[in-house]
Amino acid sequence: MASIARLLLLVLLSTALTVSSGSGYGYTINGRVKIPQGLGTAGLVLPGKMSNIKVILNGGQIVSYLRPDGYFSFQNIPAGTHLIEVAAIGYFFSPVRVDVSARNPGKVQAALTENRRGLSELVLEPLRDEKYYEIREPFSIMNVVKSPMGLMVGFMLVVVFLMPKLVENMDPEEMRRAQEEMRNQGVPSLASLLPGGGRN
Amino acid sequence: MAIRSFFVPFLLFGLYFYSSLSPVLSLYEDQVGLMDWHQQYIGKVKQAVFSTQKTGRRRVIVSTEENVIASLDLRHGEIFWRHLLGSDDVIDGIDIGLGKYVITLSSGGSILRSWNLPDGQMVWESYLQGPKHSKSFLLVPTNLKIEKDSVIVVFSNGRLHAVSCIDGEVLWKKDFEAESFEVQQVIKPPGSDLIYVVGFAASSQFEMYQINGRNGELLKHESTTFSSGFLGEVSLVSSETVVALDSTGSILLTISFQNGEISFQQTPISNLYEHFSGPAIIIPSSVPGIFAIKTNAITIFIRVIGEGMLEVAEKTNHETAISDSLPLSEGQQAFALIQHAGSEIHLAVKLAHDWDGNLLKESIKMNQQRGLVHKVFINNYIRTDKSHGFRVLIVMEDHSLLLLQQGTIVWSREDGLASIIDVTTSELPVERDGVSVAKVEHNLFEWLKGHMLKLKGTLMLASPEDVALIQSMRLKSSEKSKMTRDHNGFRKLLIVLTRAGKLFALHTGDGHIVWSHLLRSLHKSEPCQSPIGLNLYQWQVPHHHAMDENPSVLVVSRCGPSSDAPGVLSFIDTYTGNELSSLSLAHAVAQVIPLPYTDSTEQRLHLLIDSDKHAHLYPKTSEALSIFKREFSNIYWYSVEGHNGIIKGHALKYECTGKVADEFCFDTRELWSVVFPSESEKIIATVTRKLNEVVHTQAKVIADQDVMYKYISKNLLFVVTVAPKGCGEIGSVTPEESWLVAYLIDTVTGRILHRVTHHGAQGPVHAVFSENWVVYHYFNLRAHRYELSVIELYDQSRADNKDVWKLVLGKHNLTSPISLFSRPEVITKSQSYFFTHSVKAIAVTSTAKGITSKQLLIGTIGDQVLALDKRFLDPRRSVNPTQAEKEEGIIPLTDSLPIIPQSYVTHALRVEGLRGIITVPAKLESTTLVFAHGVDLFFTQLAPSRTYDSLTEDFNYALLLITIVALVAAIFVTWRLSERKELQEKWR
Repeated sequence: MASIARLLLLVLLSTALTVSSGSGYGYTINGRVKIPQGLGTAGLVLPGKMSNIKVILNGGQIVSYLRPDGYFSFQNIPAGTHLIEVAAIGYFFSPVRVDVSARNPGKVQAALTENRRGLSELVLEPLRDEKYYEIREPFSIMNVVKSPMGLMVGFMLVVVFLMPKLVENMDPEEMRRAQEEMRNQGVPSLASLLPGGGRN
Repeated sequence: MAIRSFFVPFLLFGLYFYSSLSPVLSLYEDQVGLMDWHQQYIGKVKQAVFSTQKTGRRRVIVSTEENVIASLDLRHGEIFWRHLLGSDDVIDGIDIGLGKYVITLSSGGSILRSWNLPDGQMVWESYLQGPKHSKSFLLVPTNLKIEKDSVIVVFSNGRLHAVSCIDGEVLWKKDFEAESFEVQQVIKPPGSDLIYVVGFAASSQFEMYQINGRNGELLKHESTTFSSGFLGEVSLVSSETVVALDSTGSILLTISFQNGEISFQQTPISNLYEHFSGPAIIIPSSVPGIFAIKTNAITIFIRVIGEGMLEVAEKTNHETAISDSLPLSEGQQAFALIQHAGSEIHLAVKLAHDWDGNLLKESIKMNQQRGLVHKVFINNYIRTDKSHGFRVLIVMEDHSLLLLQQGTIVWSREDGLASIIDVTTSELPVERDGVSVAKVEHNLFEWLKGHMLKLKGTLMLASPEDVALIQSMRLKSSEKSKMTRDHNGFRKLLIVLTRAGKLFALHTGDGHIVWSHLLRSLHKSEPCQSPIGLNLYQWQVPHHHAMDENPSVLVVSRCGPSSDAPGVLSFIDTYTGNELSSLSLAHAVAQVIPLPYTDSTEQRLHLLIDSDKHAHLYPKTSEALSIFKREFSNIYWYSVEGHNGIIKGHALKYECTGKVADEFCFDTRELWSVVFPSESEKIIATVTRKLNEVVHTQAKVIADQDVMYKYISKNLLFVVTVAPKGCGEIGSVTPEESWLVAYLIDTVTGRILHRVTHHGAQGPVHAVFSENWVVYHYFNLRAHRYELSVIELYDQSRADNKDVWKLVLGKHNLTSPISLFSRPEVITKSQSYFFTHSVKAIAVTSTAKGITSKQLLIGTIGDQVLALDKRFLDPRRSVNPTQAEKEEGIIPLTDSLPIIPQSYVTHALRVEGLRGIITVPAKLESTTLVFAHGVDLFFTQLAPSRTYDSLTEDFNYALLLITIVALVAAIFVTWRLSERKELQEKWR
């Protein structure tokens, strides 16, 4: 699903120019952030609001926001190797290494640092959605049985219905001896507290 | 039968055991807000623009000193949208264009952006360059149009631009290249297409340029020389007149440039005000016909009548603030004036040409803890009877924002909390008998009803209304915001010091402000011109024999930005927020060392080091002195001189040899120094362990039953240096010319225990030191990725203490004294991993006893806080761990650290502008309290090894109760059955 969408995007995208020599000093980096529409948005916690997505150069040197069409630009960038990060709640973006070359301005050199994939154009897409919450599992009888209470009731039932069978198979002599022993040890038991508990 | 019933308590025990192990991996969406809270702020407002269109919601657009632009609801003060710009991208001006775009000018006038007013989406961004640096002005005239395009006029970097409001395209530009020309005002008179640019050149020349607003053509350029020069700013009194001060600050100059002709008019201030002495300053304002000057403590409002004639309108020695003018109908202009009078403020709205008449006069009672009014913004609305109503937005000294309307404060925002300098915590009072406690549960029926609802929720039988009811019940549980100490230690007070010099106490339960106090000692005064708060320390933490005392905190501040300015100490009671006392010190405060000793009233001893390297002891009592004298020879400290790359170790010598005998002052001596070569290394980070950190065990049992001893010393300093070239931003150096060296230094002996060089690495470095390990984050230029490295220290000298026989026979060296002369046998283990994000802050969880495993809390560039298990940063990780190592919990080695979205402690929230993360242990060993602050505040509880020592919040007591009842019933039934059976058997 994801790969198909990505493929489609690559086909759809027009040529986004990446690095151009600006007027005066420094260069300009232009790029685009593309959030695939309809992909995984159903299970998303917060639909990524474009207006809150930040594009950050070199760990906070310059912070830029996106235009409605997803384009962003950094101006007056010196030649060298730079790092672009995208901060968007709900998406995981890989930082991008961008080489701004002084010798041949206009040359595009960009690569995702997470998986070392080269980018022919500076189009940044999330690697994956980020879901910050655990999903509550729907109610099922197995969950109740597996819950502490369920186990307790289950154990109780086992004791109530299987123990008598075991006791029946026991030698009455032995049984009496065991009970005698327990009473002698003085284990406080609920039965002895109950009316008539001492009689059996 | 006895056997059967015997099982019940056993089962219950088993049940508790099981439920405590049930995993709480992370948060479910419906648990948001149960244990965490998040508060959004904007900072001190610099500029405000009202948007009061007939349709749509009424908003006010503000820009702040925290570099935020935000759209606030005028009705309630809530944030509609907000953007935090980069730290180098300081906002110069904001305005609203075409009624639907917010225009911002930032970065010294070089970036112009337009934002969509309803939702804050950026529409366009335009870069404006110019020949030289200058003041910048942003004008959004309503009537200037070029080919139906609305125009924004920007003066920045010595160039005048006209920019299209629709798409940000520069329509024309005009340079002002005269070398020394300093622009003072850019004026666009309403009703014409002319633009005036006025300014000073060569300090004594007044220049005026008249420009055609349609095409940028220069129509006229006039200049006049005024021999005695100019001082400071100019005030605009009409569209063709400005007022300036001469360089002595005693003569007012009225400069008018009507029809392109410049004319001067001089008026000595002493003519207007006979007691005038000393220089005056002009208060910047833009009310037509009126300006204000301030001399000493007196504010004088001066009217301009006719041709440069001046007349005093009012003199006042109250603190005042004046707004800009607001155009009313038919060319009338109104402005707001606020004067302080005791505990009240007087608000007056006047027409610009009619000083004596008031459109509005109100008195409002103002909380003294808010200080003075710093800024006033005025807006009007039409009442139903067609008259004008006014609302006024005021910015106070404590950075709070208030809206006044009809004599009352409609809403207020505590935006001082956006700039926190330091945080500490304090316990709440102990719950005493007789102290009325908020009723937690009203009665048994209510309690049961609540739990039945919860049960329904658990069984997924609840209707949507029920779910909403359950959620609201959980969120407003009064238990968590009670004002007393709780058994688990979750309820505490967070004491925060803000940049405005105000102290707040926030309740950890729900984040409400318990008290706030504007520090008098941080108030501007004669001896202390620009006080700044520095740090907070816990001064008195009563727990054993001083239970009746209230705890108090120490606020250390300084009278000015330089490090040798005299210090000020204030002591604040944390239960009430009262200032117990304050001390103005004669010496500076370069360093504050909280000593691990307390006196009989549990006051902690503090050693203050001044800029001359003298040590001063506080509190100044003889008891403290006697305690201090006893430990005199055991006190060592270090100082870091970042600018010249020296770290020095110090010890105390004897009493000060000053002119005045002061037995609380001590001379110091230098013990050692580490000098880093300035041509190859520059200190960029130093980190030590937290003083109050608790380490549970010194031994670490590793696989195959072996033991390693952690090297735990409170006197370790972690220092990182980088190549001087690599101090800049990423991308400014090549991997070959950048390196990073990490040192571990013993601060008592000055011995370097460990040194490691990372070639091709670069700062910024964020590090955290805990127990026997340090984790640091830096940039690897070769891989072009961030890395986290861990160094762990182990004590080798104790390695042979594993023999039981030696221990039994007393042949171990566990009690052998540690000497300065013996070299510690320390071995280090380290490992590095890639980490995806840039980091803003890094912290580690801390728990009461130090038993619980640790998690790193990493504040990422996206303003989220990620919890990362320390097990991922274990230098003993290997690609293929052995079976024994796997059982020990060693994770197979991967080259990068995993980022699991569910382990973001801030879940789907952002702590905008994150600056710091603070962790505080709760009384419950499993739990740690986490407070992250920036422009926003975020607080949560964290259990790094899950809550193994208590039931989780969603534990269902009703279900437990029902099960027990069912079990008891079943016992009775089976008992009856078995009795009957026995009877039948006996009859047989």
